[in-house]
Amino acid sequence: MKKHLLAGVMVQLLLLLDFHGQAQERPIAFKGALIYPVTGPPIEKGILIVQKGRILAVGDATTSIPSDAEIIDATGKVIIPGIVDTHSHIGGPEGGDNSNALNPEVRVLDAVNPSSNSFKKALAGGITTANIMPGSGHLMSGQTIYLKMRQSQDIEGMLEINEKGVYGGMKMANGTNSMRGANGFPGTRAKSAAMDRELFVKAVEYKKKLDSAIAKKDSTKMPERDLRMESMVEVLEGRRIVHFHTHKMNDILTVLRLKKEFGFRVVLHHVSEAWKVIDAIAAAGVPCSIINIDAPGGKLEAMNLEKGKDADFVILTGDPFSVYTHVEQTWVEGLKRFDRSIPSDKAFAVGGYKIYTPEGAQEDDDKDYEWSDER
Amino acid sequence: MKQLFYYILSLFSTLTLDAQIAIKGEKVYTMSGEVIPNGVVLIKDGRIEKVGASLKIPSNYTVFQAKVVTPGLVDARSVVGLSGPLNIPIDQDQLEKSNPIQPDLRAIDAYNPDDTLVGYLRVNGVTTIHTGHGVGALVSGQTMVAKTKPGLIDAVTIVPRIMLAMSLGTSVEANFTSPGTKSKEIAMLRTELIKAQIYEKKMSSKDSTKQPSRDLNMEVLVKLLHGEIKALISANTSLDILSAIRLAKEFNLRLVIEGGAEAYRLIDKIKGSGIEIIVHPTMARPYGEMANMTMENAAILTAAGIPVSIESGYEGYVPKTRVILFEAAAAAANGLPYEDALKAITLNPARLLGLDKRIGSIEKGKDGDIVLYDGDPFEYTTHVCKVFIDGQLVADNCQ
Repeated sequence: MKKHLLAGVMVQLLLLLDFHGQAQERPIAFKGALIYPVTGPPIEKGILIVQKGRILAVGDATTSIPSDAEIIDATGKVIIPGIVDTHSHIGGPEGGDNSNALNPEVRVLDAVNPSSNSFKKALAGGITTANIMPGSGHLMSGQTIYLKMRQSQDIEGMLEINEKGVYGGMKMANGTNSMRGANGFPGTRAKSAAMDRELFVKAVEYKKKLDSAIAKKDSTKMPERDLRMESMVEVLEGRRIVHFHTHKMNDILTVLRLKKEFGFRVVLHHVSEAWKVIDAIAAAGVPCSIINIDAPGGKLEAMNLEKGKDADFVILTGDPFSVYTHVEQTWVEGLKRFDRSIPSDKAFAVGGYKIYTPEGAQEDDDKDYEWSDER
Repeated sequence: MKQLFYYILSLFSTLTLDAQIAIKGEKVYTMSGEVIPNGVVLIKDGRIEKVGASLKIPSNYTVFQAKVVTPGLVDARSVVGLSGPLNIPIDQDQLEKSNPIQPDLRAIDAYNPDDTLVGYLRVNGVTTIHTGHGVGALVSGQTMVAKTKPGLIDAVTIVPRIMLAMSLGTSVEANFTSPGTKSKEIAMLRTELIKAQIYEKKMSSKDSTKQPSRDLNMEVLVKLLHGEIKALISANTSLDILSAIRLAKEFNLRLVIEGGAEAYRLIDKIKGSGIEIIVHPTMARPYGEMANMTMENAAILTAAGIPVSIESGYEGYVPKTRVILFEAAAAAANGLPYEDALKAITLNPARLLGLDKRIGSIEKGKDGDIVLYDGDPFEYTTHVCKVFIDGQLVADNCQ
């Protein structure tokens, strides 16, 4: 027992040492690759320099490389920004249960397993940031989290906290997805919208009390804490973006109508029939996250490579849009997190016996995939 | 109304069948030989008349051009036509859950040639599908083969009954209270097959009073025992694959393993055994019984000399179908040699279905099923431009 404890401490120490060892004080320069900064035109035989987790410089072959830099020859490779998956269910996310159609107080944060193998799989695919959402089947299934694929023992170590102090969005859905017609779930589209509106109206009232108490600096006037309302206030203030699962034209228009009434920020997810109401979506200025033609892939929304940004990038063997291209390396904040030349890493790109489930048990992480919202 | 439209359309098509077509391709993959640079395929009366380099094109032939030409793609296993896109009970006819063993269920009584997904496969180059009852019952029913061209069921069906769809594993246990264990699954199947042996014996009695009354289930199982139809057994784990092999050996069944996620672990068992393999989509999700899948499965099997076919398959939830062109592309990107990847969706499934005299390659006398592309068929940025079935232009995507 003591031995185990000691071993545990040693491992902890080693991890710490390892982490500090990787702090990456020394700049690394990648030379010779075709670089797609995304915000600018592609750079042939470009140079990317990273240090302390950030991009120090990106430019053409004349870019000056600090004399102490480690130089990595990337000739013939392609470098793109780390891929941002705007709609992900990795790590075993959970949202609301069957007791309620609207679950603004429920957090994915409390379910996602930071040591899930599915993060390794995502890294093997070049994903460095993911919006992890609860599966749906609810009008509002809960709070999502924005994660960076850092190595971390707890989920807090992976959170991407934005300038407004928020690290996630709110997952909503409409159409047949959440129409269960029992247990307080809506049975029709009109009822779905009515239930959404009731919640939003309540939140507007709560926010009014809150704002008034703050304005008067009178803490006795503060409304009682209400977890459901607190996250709804974040939604109303535009600090928490609504990620809305919606497919059919009429359902898309319902989302836009709700947005107009309550003024929240929204991203339309899936949007199969977006092409039918493209003018309305454009007029509302709402972004979309779409499913690819063949369901397993898709949902990519690239970040970009600019000086000062996080050093999240992917080294590819060739054209990003060629089927034959493989992710060779994935770097997150200046640290290499995936390397296809290492067999145990490559295994996460292709699969194999007891790769995803080392104990031989069946994968539990994706258990709610079955009823989640990929339709 | 739509049916009537297609009916009229097919009448017109019949009238124009004797149209003569020449397809010129910068690369023509015949699958029966080397790739032909600057090849020409001549089609007359719905069949391939000639194929070769620098063929003289008669003046009355309509000429089409493409970067790449392949035979029409053959989907080795699908439930399209029975399982529609809507995912609601009215369009899901691939699995009847009243009984775990129902060999009498015919695919032709459920197949809808007008289904949206049939059209989706057609425009993506699939000209023939092996479809029918799905995964999830010990014996879920029969399968059939159809062309994906528009038309009424009798006009598009090639083989009305070709295999018996069977499943082993947790999908069966999830759908029925019994079988509830792997041992019980096999016990139930063996019991039923022995019943069929006894039925056949009694039926062959010269004394007609000793013959039992007709039993539709038994009739089909007798055909299975005789090898007139193949046993298409869905099995993904090594354990279930080995059970299927044991069962097939005992009853001398012509075994086709469908799924085969762990087939790469059983090379020695499969090689030279006569067992045929349809592998799951390369980009399938690795969970449940497929947790140990690898995208290199098709490559490993092919390298060992085991021919594979790649299927669109079936998933209970989404997607409602996959596209075998994309799945073969992913296999090609994961170690399967290029032409073997093309074979896995053309000639290999044609052989598996016993239809390689008609489909699966571009050869004289075969059906005029041809796909035209504007680039490497496996690249994401390439389009399927035109699709011909029996010499009829059924998809024209690149205008």
